Parts: sequence; C-alpha cells; structure tokens
Amino acid sequence: MWKGPLPWLKPAVFVGSLFPVFRLGAAAARGELGANPIATALNQLGLLTLTFLIAALACTPLKLVFGWTWPIRIRRMLGLFAFFYASLHFLTYAGLDQVLDLKAIFADITKRPFIAVGFAAFVLLVPLAATSTDAMVRRLGYVRWKRLHRLAYLAAILGVIHFVWRVKKDVSQPVAYGAVLAVLLSTRVVAYFWKRLKQRVSRGIPATMAAGETETRSGS
Amino acid sequence: MKLPKEPASSEVTAESLYVRRREFIKNAALFAGTTTAVGAGLIYLASGGKADSPESPASEPPKAVTAPPDPRAELAPLRGRFDTDEPMTPFKDVTTYNNFYEFGVDKSDPSENAHTLRPRPWSVSLEGEIKKPQKVDVDALTKWFPLEQRVYRMRCVEAWSMVIPWLGFPLAELIKRLEPTSRAKYVAFTTLLDSAQMPGQRRGILDWPYVEGLRIDEAMNPLVLLAVGLYGKELPNQNGAPIRLVVPWKYGFKGIKSIVRIQLVEKQPRTTWNLAAPHEYGFYANVNPEVDHPRWSQATERRIGEFRRRKTLPFNGYGEQVASLYSGMDLRANF
Repeated sequence: MWKGPLPWLKPAVFVGSLFPVFRLGAAAARGELGANPIATALNQLGLLTLTFLIAALACTPLKLVFGWTWPIRIRRMLGLFAFFYASLHFLTYAGLDQVLDLKAIFADITKRPFIAVGFAAFVLLVPLAATSTDAMVRRLGYVRWKRLHRLAYLAAILGVIHFVWRVKKDVSQPVAYGAVLAVLLSTRVVAYFWKRLKQRVSRGIPATMAAGETETRSGS
Repeated sequence: MKLPKEPASSEVTAESLYVRRREFIKNAALFAGTTTAVGAGLIYLASGGKADSPESPASEPPKAVTAPPDPRAELAPLRGRFDTDEPMTPFKDVTTYNNFYEFGVDKSDPSENAHTLRPRPWSVSLEGEIKKPQKVDVDALTKWFPLEQRVYRMRCVEAWSMVIPWLGFPLAELIKRLEPTSRAKYVAFTTLLDSAQMPGQRRGILDWPYVEGLRIDEAMNPLVLLAVGLYGKELPNQNGAPIRLVVPWKYGFKGIKSIVRIQLVEKQPRTTWNLAAPHEYGFYANVNPEVDHPRWSQATERRIGEFRRRKTLPFNGYGEQVASLYSGMDLRANF
C-alpha cells in the first residue's frame, strides 16, 4: 500500500472512508440517531453508497479531462467501498428494519419498484466486487472484465432512481446526485467519440473528411 | 587544543535516511490531511449536506397553557374513553421528529427552524356557511370550551407512529357553536401563509398555504380534536402552534398545523398532498393496512422508540368509532 508516488493516498482514502461507519456506530451506541434511528442509519448508508459509486465513476472522467492518473489508483477501493456501504444498507433494511421477515422483504422487492431498483443495484454490484481482484481480471481477460464492470454505470443510475422514488416530495438532493452522474457519464460519451475521430485522423483520413463523414452519418 | 572527536562514521545518519525522514513527515501530514478531508466530506454528504450539529439548540421549555384548568377535568377519570393505554412517545421525540414542510423537509428541521413562528397574537378566521362569520383570537377561542387531554395514536403515511397526549377541544363543539347552514357539507382548513415566519414556504415544494379538509360528518365525530397543547403544555411551534387539527384515524398529514382559517363549505375542499400527488394521497387518507401507498407498504409501522415493526390497524385502531362513517364506500377507490 505504501508504495510508488503519493504513497499516502491509498491508506488515507481507506481510513477516511471508514470514518462514517465508525461515526454511525458510535452515534447508534449512544442513542444519538434521533427518534427513528433505523431510518437515519438507512438514509446515511444509502447516501454513502451512492457517493462512493459516483466517486468510483468519476476517476476515468477526471483522467480524461484533467489528465490526472491518481484517481485511477484508488478507483477499485472506491468501488469496493460502494459495495461495502451497499451491503450495510441492505443488511440494515433486511435485518433491522424488517427483522429478517423474508415474506415482507420478498413482497417489498417484487411489489415495490422503489425497493426493486435499489435491490437490483445492489445485486449488480455483487459480481463487480467478486471480480475486483487482479487475479480475476487476468482470468476474465481485460476486455471481458471491462465490459462486465460497465454494470457500475447501470447500478449508479438505478441508485439515483431508488433515491428519487424514496423521497416524498423534495427531489433536489437526488436530482443533484443524478446531475453529477449525468455529467460523468456524458464525459465518457464525448471522450469516446472524440477518440474515434482522432483515430480516423491518425489513420490518415483528413480531419475535414472525417468530420464530414460523421455529419452524413448523423444525418442518415 | 584538542578538537572534540568527530563522530564515528557509523553514527552519521545516512543521507538517504535523512531525506526519507523528511519525506516521511511530509507523507504523514498529507495522509492526515487527506484522511480528515475524505472522512469529513463523507460525513457531510451522509447527513444530507448539513453541517454537523449533533443536538438541536435547546429551546425554551414550553409554558403551561394559559387557559385555566377546567374544574370538571379533575373529576373526570384519569383515562378518557378514547384514550389509549399504550406507552406515550417521549416528549423529546414528539417535538424533534416532525413533518412540517413550512420549516424544511427533514424531520429535524421543524424543531431547529420553527422559532421564527410567532404564535401570539394569532387570530383564526371562521368563515363560510355559518350563522356569523368572524375572526377570533386564538386565546379567546380556546376559552370557549373546556380543554381535554386525549392520548391518541398518530400514524404517519411514512409508516411510523407515535402515541401523543394532546390537549384540546372537540372540533364538533366549535362547529355546533358556529351554527352551520344546511349547505355546510365540508370543513376546510388553512395554514398561515407567511414566508417570513415560515421560511420553508419560499421553496415551492408544496402549493402554499397548506390546506386540508374533512367531510362534515367526519368533522363532527367526537374523536376529532383541535389541539392547543401536548403533554399538558402549550403546543410547541414545530407541532403546529398555536392551534392544529388531530384526526387520529387518518394519516398524520390530515392534521393541519398553525391554522388561520376554518371554513364550512358546500363542495369538497382541495387538500395539499392530494394536489401534490393525487395518485398517492387521497382526500380521505384513512389509515388502512390493506391499501398500500404506491411506493411502500402500509401493512406495518414502526412505533417511534420500538425496534420491531408492528401491524397497522384499520382506521389506526379507531374502527369502532369511525368505520360506520364509510359504510358502503369503496375504501380502495377512496383512499
């Protein structure tokens, strides 16, 4: 962990990312989570999950736009923290909120879109966490691994929808998270087309022609 | 003269180590800084983008209700005929976990922000299909009737509940006194509209002012209370001071707070949550475990202070008193 340039980065993000769970645990132990502590814990863990998912998805755009490479070095950790907080969020719902009433949980997931999308987002994160090791990347092959890990986009989108549907009326917060996610995803789309355009240019097709070609394409 | 002996070369710190020590200190500082920034940022986001304030500022303890105690109240049995004997929700929870969007959308917002409300002087306008429309000071209004304590269950549409000892008088007594005309079929209530006192009204989350309504036969049911206090004290601002509605068999949002107008009307009045999301919140809003909210189940609820969810009762357990009001009605359609 303490290697390479910025040796402090990974351990610092690791320890800092654990702060909220310790704080939540301490507040719960002292009875400081308010009148409805389970609801407070669920909200906080859900918000943390979405924050980590969005942070993990921000690494590549940061590199594309600013040329920073350090976010890539903590990307896996951020993704795993998203899974960690998602697991705590789900366990709090299933274990504390519903007290493992499997019938009620099943009914919630099948009957309520709000819970169904949240659960789907969590399920999507499971294979990503399971294939997060270097060994798994090698085993799957990078191309397949990368394709699989695009599920993170879907998980984040579902997470935002879950948040929007949970709110009774004031959607300003979920919309803010959704807006950040939209910016991040569109950065990738723009970068993708930009890269293709540059590839054409480097293959010797004049830039004007390449541009003209894309124009005809979008027009057809 | 003899110079002090040079330290042995083995004692000289190697340059690489010396540099590494400086680097170590630098890295330690960056580590500490980053850890703190990441941790604090996450905690900020997890608390919904609010600065960390563990406890709400201590508010002044509420004054005792100014109305003199009714002598008959002392003769009355300790528990009224409608009172539940379930344990009461602690005063602190009743007064810090509130939905009162006029002061913010988080449960803790009303207790933190409602100090801007000035519940005195306060007048209530009595209007519509009544013999003598008038404006009356809330303290005068409160003296018209003996105050009673009513220990009611309160079931929020968000699937949590409380047991609250209200202090107030039956709405039926007021309506009788107003002598409604034959055209009075509904009662409409309006909350104060004043964004200086209610800063939440600056945001268009709901259509302000908050409005609610009851069918006249519902309003005449002896369970319905106009509350001016709780726990034997004046109503705290965050609970709807100085006067609010309590309809224990309906979801909490029917209990309109800080009322400035009560109108008897011929047509079914508009109600705020029904206007905001008609497929989610109906005019009747009777507590019904069989009719789920489109987004969540209403079959169970969490009583504040309890760990396990409990089953929600039809009409919040007041079926004996109110079920007959709805005989022959499809409660699934009229949710």
